[in-house]
Amino acid sequence: METLAFQGLIGLSVAMYLWLLAAGLTIVFGVLGVLNFAHGSLFMLGAYFAFTFYGLWGVNFWLAIALSLLAVGIVGYLMERLFLRHIYHLDHAYQLLLTFGFILIFDDAVKMVWGGVAKIPPLPSFFEGTLSVFKRPFPIYNLFIIGAGLLVAVVLWLLFEKTWWGKIVRTSASDREMASAIGVNIATVFTGVFVFGAMLAALGGALGTPVRVVAPGIGAAMIIQAFIITVIGGLGNLKGAFVGAVIVGILSCYSILLFPVFELFSIFLIMAVVLLVKPQGLFGS
Amino acid sequence: MKKALAIFALVFLLAILPQFAGKYLLYMTIHIMLLSLFSLGFNLLFGYTGLLSFGQAGFYAVGAYACAKILLAVPSLLVGIIGGVAIAGVASFLLGILCIRHTRIYFSMLTLSFGMMIFSLAWKWRDMTGGDDGLVGIPRAPLEIPGLLRLNMAPMQNYYYVVLIFALLAIYVFHRIVHSPMGLTLQGIRDSETRAACVGISVRNYRLVSFTIAGLYAGLAGALLPPLETTVTPPVAHWSYSAEPVLATLLGGIYTFAGPIVGAVLFYIMKDIIVRFTQYWLICLGGIVVLLVMGLRGGVLGIFFGKGGQG
Repeated sequence: METLAFQGLIGLSVAMYLWLLAAGLTIVFGVLGVLNFAHGSLFMLGAYFAFTFYGLWGVNFWLAIALSLLAVGIVGYLMERLFLRHIYHLDHAYQLLLTFGFILIFDDAVKMVWGGVAKIPPLPSFFEGTLSVFKRPFPIYNLFIIGAGLLVAVVLWLLFEKTWWGKIVRTSASDREMASAIGVNIATVFTGVFVFGAMLAALGGALGTPVRVVAPGIGAAMIIQAFIITVIGGLGNLKGAFVGAVIVGILSCYSILLFPVFELFSIFLIMAVVLLVKPQGLFGS
Repeated sequence: MKKALAIFALVFLLAILPQFAGKYLLYMTIHIMLLSLFSLGFNLLFGYTGLLSFGQAGFYAVGAYACAKILLAVPSLLVGIIGGVAIAGVASFLLGILCIRHTRIYFSMLTLSFGMMIFSLAWKWRDMTGGDDGLVGIPRAPLEIPGLLRLNMAPMQNYYYVVLIFALLAIYVFHRIVHSPMGLTLQGIRDSETRAACVGISVRNYRLVSFTIAGLYAGLAGALLPPLETTVTPPVAHWSYSAEPVLATLLGGIYTFAGPIVGAVLFYIMKDIIVRFTQYWLICLGGIVVLLVMGLRGGVLGIFFGKGGQG
C-alpha cells in the first residue's frame, strides 16, 4: 500500500512536467486554432538551453531557467512571425505539416549543436537530499517540482480569469472577428500567445534538466505524451490538460512498477478507452 | 494516347533496367518502388480522403516485421509477403476504428501516437521483435508455388522483378480504386463531409476503408523490405520514417494520381545527393517540408499542370 502511495507521489511530480507541456499546447490551440506538433521540441530546446547555461557555463540556477525561457521564447517568436503567420488562412493540414517539419529540423539541429549523446546535468546543491515520506526517501527536488507545477496552475488560472490580458486572450479565442472589431490587435495577441506557450514548454524542459536525461529525441517522446493527455482531457481545455497530465503521469509510474515492458502501451490503452467512450475527451465539449 | 505510350515506355524501361543497371541502381529502384507504394497509400488518405496521417510507418513496420517473422519460420517468399500484407491490413483496420473517430487535427495526433505505440512495441518487445537489434538473418527465400514453379531469389535482379510486378499490380489496382465510385466518394467526403453525409454516404465507413487500404499499401511496401535487406530494425517504425511518404507526396503533388510516385523518385535522388555531403539528413528533410508548405503546395506536378496551391 505504501509502495503504491509513494509511487503515486513520484508520478505526481512526473505529471507536473507533462502539465507544463500540455498547458502550452492547449493554450496555443485554444487561441490560434493551430496544433503545434513541434511543441515537444520546444520543451527539448528548453532543456538543452538550461543545461548549457547551468550545467556548462555555471550560471545561477534560477537565472539559467529564466535565460532558457527567453531563448525558447525567441525561437517561438521567430516560428510564429516568419512561418506560421503566413499560413493561418490555409487548411489546418498545412499548419500541421509545417510544425511537423519543425520537429525534424529541431531534432537534427540539437544533434548538430550538442551532439547525439545524452547529457546529465548536475543538481543544484540546495535541492540535494531527501525527505522521509512513507518511511522512504523522497527527493526534495521532486517536491519542488510538484509545488512549481501547482503554482503555475494557479497563476494561469488567475491570469486568464482575473486580468485584463486574460480577457483579451479569451475574447480572441472565442470570436476573432468581434475581438478585432472592438480594437484588439489579433496578430499581436497570436504572437504573444504562441511565445507564451513556447515558454511554458521551455519551463517544463528547463525544470526537468537536473533530474531527467537531456537527449535528442525527447521532443518527439514528449509530444506523444502531450497528445495522449489532450485526447484524454479534451483539446483546448486547461482543466482537461491538468487532469490528463495527472492521469498519464501517475499511470505511467505505476506501469513502470508493474509491467515495465509495456509502460507506454498501458497509457495508449487508456487513450483508446477514452476515444471509444467519450471521443471529445473528459472535459471536451 | 500519348499518356498510354509514356506509361508503356516507362514500364518497358523498368523491365529492361537489370540489363544495363548496376547493383546499386537496382537497389535504389527497388527502394523507390517501395516508397511509391507507401506514398500512394498515404495519399489515398491525405489527398483523396483529406485525412493527414503521421503514423504510416507503424503499418509499414507491421508489414516488415510480420513478413520477416514468417520468412524466418517458413522460407517461402509469397507466403511471407502476403502474410505481411494481411497482418498489416488487420492492424490498420483495428487502429483505424480508433483513429477515424476523429478527423482533422485529432486524426493526425492519433495516427502519430499510435504509430509510436507500434515503435515502442518494436523497441521493447524483445522476445517478439528482437528489440533494438531487430530481426536478422532473414532469408531471401525462393518464390515457390508448389508443383508449378520455383524461382531462386538470391540474385538481386530476380528479386527486382518480383518487386516490379507487385508494384505494377498495386499501382494498377490503386488506379482502379481512385477512379471507381468509391474513389469519387472519398473525394466527396474530403470536399464536404456534411454534403456527403446528406446524400446518404456512411462517412465513417468510407474513412475506415480508406484507412485500411492505406495500411495495406504501407504493409505491402514494408513486407517487400526484409527480403531485400535481410534485416528489420525498429527505425522503420519511427515517426521520422512516417515523414518519408509525407515529403514524397508533397514533393510530387497531392491532388494528382502520379504525384506520390514522381515524389518518391525525386525523394531518393535528393536523399542520395544530400547524404553525400552531410549526416544531418533529417534537418534537410524538415527544411524541404517547410519550404514546400510555405511556397509550393502543389508539388512538382502542380507546377507543371497548374494544380498548385489548393488550400
